[in-house]
Amino acid sequence: MRLKEIVEKAGLEVVSLPDGEVEIKAAYTSDLLSDVIGHCPEQAVLITVQNHKNSVAVSTLVGAHAILIVHNRPVADDLLALAQQEGVAILRTQFDQFTISCRIGALLGIESGIE
Amino acid sequence: MSDHANIDSASREPIDAAIEQNGEPLVLIEMVHRLKVRDVMTRKLATVERAESLRKVQALMKANKISGVPVEEGGRFLGLVTINDIICALEGGYIDESCQKHMSTRLVVLEDDMPLSFALRYFERYHYGRFPVINREQKLVGIICQRDINRALLLELTNELNRLESESIDNKVPEGPYNLYVLREFPVSKYDFENAGKAANKIKQMLKEKHFPPRVIRRIAVAAYELEINLCVHSDGGMLLWQISNGRAEIVVQDSGPGIADIEWALKDGNSTANDWIRSFGFGAGMGLVNVKRVSDEFEIESKVGTGTKVKAVIYIDAEKVAHRS
Repeated sequence: MRLKEIVEKAGLEVVSLPDGEVEIKAAYTSDLLSDVIGHCPEQAVLITVQNHKNSVAVSTLVGAHAILIVHNRPVADDLLALAQQEGVAILRTQFDQFTISCRIGALLGIESGIE
Repeated sequence: MSDHANIDSASREPIDAAIEQNGEPLVLIEMVHRLKVRDVMTRKLATVERAESLRKVQALMKANKISGVPVEEGGRFLGLVTINDIICALEGGYIDESCQKHMSTRLVVLEDDMPLSFALRYFERYHYGRFPVINREQKLVGIICQRDINRALLLELTNELNRLESESIDNKVPEGPYNLYVLREFPVSKYDFENAGKAANKIKQMLKEKHFPPRVIRRIAVAAYELEINLCVHSDGGMLLWQISNGRAEIVVQDSGPGIADIEWALKDGNSTANDWIRSFGFGAGMGLVNVKRVSDEFEIESKVGTGTKVKAVIYIDAEKVAHRS
């Protein structure tokens, strides 16, 4: 599904969206950076509370197209600047990680999470 | 009391900037981070007791060709008499008076496990000719002066040159798109979150420019990033060495402490010595080394508590091996 469709259908707030046409195939929910590095699939949305610029570094490492910050946490300026530089979208939601993961999971057609 | 030079607030360029060229640090920077004060200082010290005369100190200086004599008694470090003090004593006509009366007691000292880079900054900042060196038990263990530093660096540089020369004799440049030779070093400072990850990013950019396959880039970038973050978050600071030659990409990180007590434990998924502050950033998951090991074709780690840690990750970039692995 295209990123801009996910944004629309999941009701996500757009903080920065360099390319809404990019294809999203997966999502990963974690706050541990090394866990993301180890396991996040390519072309994913990273769902996290980590609203600092290390999330961007990690996203570019694993090929995540977007970072979705939960609980309406504020987005640091340096995160935004780096994200724009690297072409990573920054999205936000008021919901918690579980709720928004379920929603996006449903959109991506991932039911049990067991492929 | 002697007159140590006035302490200027440093108006000169820091040493690092003076020996960087085009923003790329030289091998020298790696050395001054890796070497500790105790590796460089003079250990055999001529000392006097405090009742001795300054004339005795003068004689010691002449005989040993030194410019500073510590005053030590019963294993306790009490003060320092420098050549400056002797000159003043000769001028003032009190060369036969005791050390106790004229030695400096408010001293700037270095600790033996500080990296050499600290010593260099102290020399920049204080304009003293020498610094006494103490260990963790506050015992006097040596003295370090500029001459000691020069000697140590020359020795290390010579060793390094010999090592590079012998390596380049063995190297044959292979055919194919990956016959690249790269050698870069990136210093990483403790808790420097502002810059953490920049080395890995530079490496990744470079590989992208050379059109390496994306899977190989990801593996190298992951190894570089995790090792760089480990330097930043767990070590007292160190160096990341990045090298491509002979179809091998090699990342070596070396720090000057604190060292890993139980390497086997550290290599298990989920084990981390990170504190709460570090974990609040999302670091310290205890998976860094595991991630590095998983993406590497060769992985080596050695560590000694109190000395430091060295990790080496090798990723083959030979075209055939790449196709087979990914």
